[in-house]
Amino acid sequence: MSLARRIIPCLDTDGSRVVKGVQFIHLRDAGDPAELAARYNREGADELVVLDIAASRDHRPTFLETIRRVAAELAIPLSAGGGIGTLEEGQAILRAGADKVTVNTAAIRRPALLTELAAEFGAQAVVLAIDARRDGAGWRAYVRGGHEATDLDAVKWAQEGVERGAGEILLTSMDRDGTRKGFDCELTAAVSETVSVPVIASGGADTPQDFLDVFEKGKADAALAASIFHDNLQGFGALKRFLAERGVPMRVSA
Amino acid sequence: MKIALVEYGAGNLPSVERALARLGADTFRAPAPEALADADAIILPGVGHFGALMRQLGERGMIVPLRERISRRVPFLGICLGLQALFSASDEAPEDTGLGIFPGRVAALPPTAKLPHMGWNQLERREPARLLEGVPQDAYFYFAHSFAALQNSTGPGHAEAALCDHGGRFVAVVENGSICGVQFHPEKSGQAGARLLENFLRLAQSESQSNRAEGRAAQ
Repeated sequence: MSLARRIIPCLDTDGSRVVKGVQFIHLRDAGDPAELAARYNREGADELVVLDIAASRDHRPTFLETIRRVAAELAIPLSAGGGIGTLEEGQAILRAGADKVTVNTAAIRRPALLTELAAEFGAQAVVLAIDARRDGAGWRAYVRGGHEATDLDAVKWAQEGVERGAGEILLTSMDRDGTRKGFDCELTAAVSETVSVPVIASGGADTPQDFLDVFEKGKADAALAASIFHDNLQGFGALKRFLAERGVPMRVSA
Repeated sequence: MKIALVEYGAGNLPSVERALARLGADTFRAPAPEALADADAIILPGVGHFGALMRQLGERGMIVPLRERISRRVPFLGICLGLQALFSASDEAPEDTGLGIFPGRVAALPPTAKLPHMGWNQLERREPARLLEGVPQDAYFYFAHSFAALQNSTGPGHAEAALCDHGGRFVAVVENGSICGVQFHPEKSGQAGARLLENFLRLAQSESQSNRAEGRAAQ
């Protein structure tokens, strides 16, 4: 009996449709969020993440409606976010049906946001998303969907984020995102061994071996991927059986 | 059978509502004590902070009515924080008192494992429980919490039907006649969670029938 590692599909949306891109650019349409959510829920995903990568205030009501439609299809947990800057915006995401709210840029600009969200909704509802890119011997945190470098070391920022109230880290390797070259196990292990909360590894997933590596070498608590699931290159059943056969604790039955 | 979902701002109320709707249950939201009068069964959903929950219930005048209904054997299910509320207190908010149905105290999970305990975990069955009927032994349920009632904290004579382990053993399922509680989120636990909720509906049906029969006999 032990806590299962999680396999988490991610829906990057423009607010209302799922979109795909390579290293945060070249977006194209990949389907209806509620339809994909229903499929992943049925096929054995452990959790779902839905992000508004456009995140402009004008279409926030559209994204909240998307969360409502997605939540209605799920009997598994849902994290949602994208451009969340205030307690009220976080609350709107949770009220729409998400179990956790993910924050990124705004938490770097104003780290107290993490504390405010955790005090109101509990740390288990607060996910700190970090976009990290290799920089010398370490990794640098980026904001605004990867467009802008900060002066923060990604591992140190993860640690500070947890101290301020984040209950989970969603860690994306910008170097690997969309490349299908495997997860950045070194980055993931560096963060996972530093923080006391679960770490979701993201960016670069392709083969079942990549998932095995990020759980074993990267010490990830969960692994997230988008396009390999959207394009049916990987099924949850087969992937989870592969991992379970190799000793990774997995929820294999739905 | 009408099931009251206690409404006090808990984030997971809509998902509990949806999960029960899928099972064809007749639910309504109970934001005030009066609403509990019509309830054949009561569910207290919960997520977040023990102190916030108890203060919210206090402000709504729900603490005494809830305690009274639970003692009168109106079938009750506490989910996550809703289970913790059944205890007398919690280390998460030492200044606030719980419903006190169980004498024990909710404590922080040991920090030897990653916290929050977040994700899917299995149960260690200790006592036969109607809530777990037909649920496979190896089924996984979704947990998201940092505090819990540690093993043997419900007090003598109370059935800790199943435990879970994360840095230490804690109560995952309580079933004490009509008083039920689960530390995980059945509404987020796929088919296993749906089965557990269905079992609660069946339990509630049979408990409220026998309550009514006893009521008639007493008259």
